[in-house]
This record gives sequence, structure tokens and C-alpha cells, in this order.
Amino acid sequence: MISMRALSFRPSFRLRMSAALVAACATLALSAQTPPQQPPPPKQPQEVVLTISSGSPGLPPKVAVPDFVALSSDAETVAAARTIGQVLWDDLNFEREFYLISRDTYRTIPAATSIDQVPLDQWKQLGADALVVGTVRRVVGGGVAVQMRLVEVGTGASAMAKEYTGSIANPRLYAHTMSDEIHLQQRRLRGVARTKLAFTSDRDGERMNGPVKTRGISNIYMSDYDGANQKRVSVTRATDIAPAWSPDGKTIAYTSYRSNYPDIIVQSVYELREYLKPARGSPEKSNFLPAWSPDGEKLAFMSNRDGGNLEIYLVNRDGSGLRRLTNHPENDASPTWSPTGSQIAFTSNRSGNPQIYIMNADGTGPAEQITRESWCDRPTWSPAPFNEIAYASRTGAGYDIRIFDFATRSFKTITDGIGSNESPTFSPNGRHIAFTSTRAGKEQIFVIDRDGKNLRQITRGGMNRYPNWSQ
Amino acid sequence: MYPDPVADVQREMIMMQRRHALLIAVMVLALVGGCAKKKPPVARPTAPPSTSDAAGTSSRPPSPPQPVQEPQPVPAEPNAADTLSGTDIDTLNRNSPFQPVFFGYDQDAIETAAQQTLNGNAELMKKYPAWVITIEGHSDERGTAEYNLALGERRAMAARNYLVSLGIPADRLRTVSYGKEFPFEPGHDEGSWSKNRRAHFVVTSK
Repeated sequence: MISMRALSFRPSFRLRMSAALVAACATLALSAQTPPQQPPPPKQPQEVVLTISSGSPGLPPKVAVPDFVALSSDAETVAAARTIGQVLWDDLNFEREFYLISRDTYRTIPAATSIDQVPLDQWKQLGADALVVGTVRRVVGGGVAVQMRLVEVGTGASAMAKEYTGSIANPRLYAHTMSDEIHLQQRRLRGVARTKLAFTSDRDGERMNGPVKTRGISNIYMSDYDGANQKRVSVTRATDIAPAWSPDGKTIAYTSYRSNYPDIIVQSVYELREYLKPARGSPEKSNFLPAWSPDGEKLAFMSNRDGGNLEIYLVNRDGSGLRRLTNHPENDASPTWSPTGSQIAFTSNRSGNPQIYIMNADGTGPAEQITRESWCDRPTWSPAPFNEIAYASRTGAGYDIRIFDFATRSFKTITDGIGSNESPTFSPNGRHIAFTSTRAGKEQIFVIDRDGKNLRQITRGGMNRYPNWSQ
Repeated sequence: MYPDPVADVQREMIMMQRRHALLIAVMVLALVGGCAKKKPPVARPTAPPSTSDAAGTSSRPPSPPQPVQEPQPVPAEPNAADTLSGTDIDTLNRNSPFQPVFFGYDQDAIETAAQQTLNGNAELMKKYPAWVITIEGHSDERGTAEYNLALGERRAMAARNYLVSLGIPADRLRTVSYGKEFPFEPGHDEGSWSKNRRAHFVVTSK
């Protein structure tokens, strides 16, 4: 067992904290189905944050998340309480800022009967530095109130206390919100627990008539960042590919064959608000792989609209302001924006084989070649604070995900040569990458950390391609 | 209640479908009108020397009295030599008279065998001058999905450009790339891959 360090504790602080507790229970109305809006972080009265530190120097703080306590006895509330504890454990574990103690090791510790009655001694024995406890109860109107408290085990002090009320339809969202708030308060980290993945899937086995036989079609789907709540987003009897979340997370742009010639479509995901075709397909104009500018105003995409050669274009989301950015006899493809919007990376065959290039986002100046490898494709620029480009690189029979770091001008490979690994997309905090892999058979979506650890499979049904991570 | 995204999407789709239905209706009307007017000029200049071609309106002198009538019913009882003009487009494409063109791995070059195939396809297009063809560019499953969209585009364009060089009017040729979305053979070996690296010909209108 790791010895416990007595954590310094200031009485004055405790007083302020307990006063803050009441005030901090600002009710945050949470709906289970609304878009992953980023609610402004609730105003916390305490200007001093009690930061959980580790009892073992050099190691992350050890955190336990037991099941939340159901204060109402109906099955839905009981199930929600269990779900929130499990999902919060998973969410906190995902960022690797804390060491999450395996839940099996504390099944025997009796549940707290209330949020104020936590058997601290037993949690100390377990070696936990902190504990998240919480309750779920029914409220008038059918929703639930969820209370949580982040408790420093050594002192019993509360580092964070929140109450959320809302629908019981998606209990996971409470856990995701708590996780993001704990990461922000404790680690100054933007968590990704409320972000979404969009991707292409043929899982529903729908077919369209093809010229030789029927063809299996793919449409756009989405899921939570952890693969839960998979849903269909586009519904058409043609193939839709390559979704891209707008920066506000409310809209996706994608390529559709529904008019026979590839259109770029911009479609609201949650509300019937927007359905635009900023780049329309025609016999002479195919439009592929839209990428949003960081301000959400423009899309870069590739098209053959000027005589058949693929070039990078820019268009406003409403279809105005069409501009050509590249002009080279070899294909220019797969655009991605730098976080500030000043540059665009893309794939080009101009050196013979496809390699990654960057250029100014207004098309001026010469393009700079970044990679000199066998074959590279699908660059994706990381968000700040990292300044990296991830891409798929041919490393044998298949591809691996590699990352180029602008600061050190160095490259690293983060997948392991198993299967073919393609189409990387960064999480909005830059710490994770979703990609496709054939390591489990058909192409599926996986998520991995930027150091190559923490591989997780997101999709399992059908074939899934073109992942894109919401901001 | 809170909005349900799936219901929203479905609602949106229904609205879109309604909008589309309206649009399509308008477009069909426009097309019918357009075709009826444009038909004679298309048919006349291309009347081919081929002797027994009853394919169209071609053998008929331009008859001013009924310019608006659809000229198509006649070929319903064609010569034995021509079973294609009366066939509907779906059947035609399922047993396509056009041969697909195959490519090497990551190649879009029209090699000798492909040239011969395209020469044959060009003859067919000259025989049926009203046909508009879409050339689909396909790739095998290797390589990234994104790159294969570009590769499929290049293959379709290469086939198109070769046909244009043989005198096929560019406005009878359309191209679309499907990348690796629609493999013709499901296998994961060269036997399947070689059949999936193709430019596939589809009769779009006739």
C-alpha cells in the first residue's frame, strides 16, 4: 500500500469551501438530447481551487468513483445512478490525468447513504487520494437531480460540488459533464467527454440499384466520443461520405452522391435549420472532402470543376465566394485547416507519389512539402496547444498513423503496423486521434492517444470510415 | 421536451423529400420540354452510314408536321441486328454492351488492352448517338479512401479523354468517381482487386 501523505489543510479554506458548497450548487439544467453545446462553465464562487494532489509523488492522483446513490427507488433512477458512476470512471480514465482505481476493488465498501456520509477511513485504506460521490433522485416533473462531490479523501474537504437537473433519458451526459468540469477545474484541461464522432457506415445494409447489381450504400452516423449512442444522421438512398463537424458542433458538411454527382452538403444535425449545397455536383463538377475553416464560415474541398484535374477550392457555407486555391497539373486533395485558419495542409501527387504539403489559406506563395515518404494521405491539423499534422502513411502492406510536429520538425508513428490505419482526426484537445483500422476485420473506427497508447474500438457493426471528431 | 435528433433528422428528411419531389417534378417537366425541343437537332446530324440501323429517327427525313412528337416508338420492332435501342436503360446497363476498362495498381494510364476496349466502346457510342454515358471511376480497396476518390476520378477522366480523342463529343460523356465505395468483387486478393480497378460505363440517357 502506498503511504498516505497528510495533506495540508487550512481551516479557513474549509469554511469558505462549505459556504461555497451551497452557493455552488447552481442548478445546471441538462437535457439529454440537446446538442453538445458547451454550457458556460458555471460561475464558481471560490477563487481558490482545492487541487487534488497525489499521495505518491510522480504519480497521478488516485481517484475512486463508486456507483452513485439512488435516492429514489424506481428502476430507472437506480440504473441511472449505476450508469453515471461507471461512465464517469471511464471519462476520467480517458484523459489519463488521474489514476482511476479499479471499481472491482471497492465493491465491498458500503455506499454512502448520503453525499455527506462518506466512510473516509475505508477510502483511505484503499489508497484513494480523491473520491467522486454522488446521488440521483427523481424530481417533480419526471426528471432527475444529480448531485456530485469531489472529495479529498485525506481531509474530507470538498473540491467540487455540483447539482444538475434534467431529463433521465441519457444519464451518460451527466457523467460526461462532470468529467469535463473536473478536468477543467482540477487540471485546466479541456475534456472531450461531451464531444461527438461522425463517420460513414454501411451498417444498415441498405442497397441501391447499380448498373451491374445492387450496391451497398453508406450514410453518415454519429456517436458519443466513447462510441455510445450511435445514431444515423443522414438518410438517403445514395452514398454519403466524409462528414466534417462545423466548429459549433451543430452542423456537418459531407459529400453526397444523392444527385448522382458529388455535392457538398451542409446539414444541421439536431434541428431542422440548415440544408445547404455550397458546392453542387454536375457531370463536370464533382466535390469531395469538405473541411471547415476554424471560424465556421468557409469550407475547403477538392473538386475537378476546372477541366477534370482535382484542385483545392474554398467556398462560403452558403455557396458564395467560390475560389480556387491550387493550380497544379497533379492532383491536390484532402484539405485540412491550421487552427488559426491561416494555412491549409493537403495531399498532392506533385512530387510523384502522394505527399503532405502546406500552403497559405489564401493560396498565395509556394506550397511547402512536409513529408517525403512512400505514400501519405489525409492530413489533419491538430488543435492548439499542439502544432502537429497527423496523416496516414504507407508503412508496408498497409498504412499507419504518423504525426509531424512543427516545433521539432520530427515525425513519429503512433499505430503499430497491425491492419491498415487511415483517416486520422484529432480530438479537440489534441490528445487523441480517431482513425479507421482493418485490425479487427472490416474497417472500423478506433481511438488512440497521441502517444500511441489507449487504443479503443468505437464501431463494430458493418464497415465504418471517414471519422471526424467534433470540436 | 428536448428535441430528439433522430426525429429531427427524419422530419428534415421528410421535408427535404417533399422539397425534392417538387423540385424533381419541376425538373422532369423542364427536361421533357427540353428534350422534345432538342431531339431533332441531336438525331439528324449523326445519322450514321451503318446500313440497317433502325435505331432512331435517323433514317427518317425531318418531317415538319409532327416535330413535337416523341420519335421513339418506331424502334420497338427493330432488325435482328439491333436489340439494344429498344431495351430499357436498367436492362441495358445490367448486360452492358460497353466493356469496362481495367487499370494497374495505382495507375490511371490507358494501356494497349484498355485502348482496344475503348475503341470498341467508341464504336458503340457512334452507333447510338443519342446515348449519354457516365464513366464511373473505381479503385480496389488498397490505399486510403480519400486518395482513391482522386484515383477513381483520374481513371474516369483518362477513359473520357481517350474517347474524346476518338471523336466522341465531350458532352456525351460524364464522369464520377466512387473511389473504393462500390467494389465489383468482394474478395481481398489480386483476383478481385484487378476487377475493381476500373472505369465502368453506364448508359445514363438514350
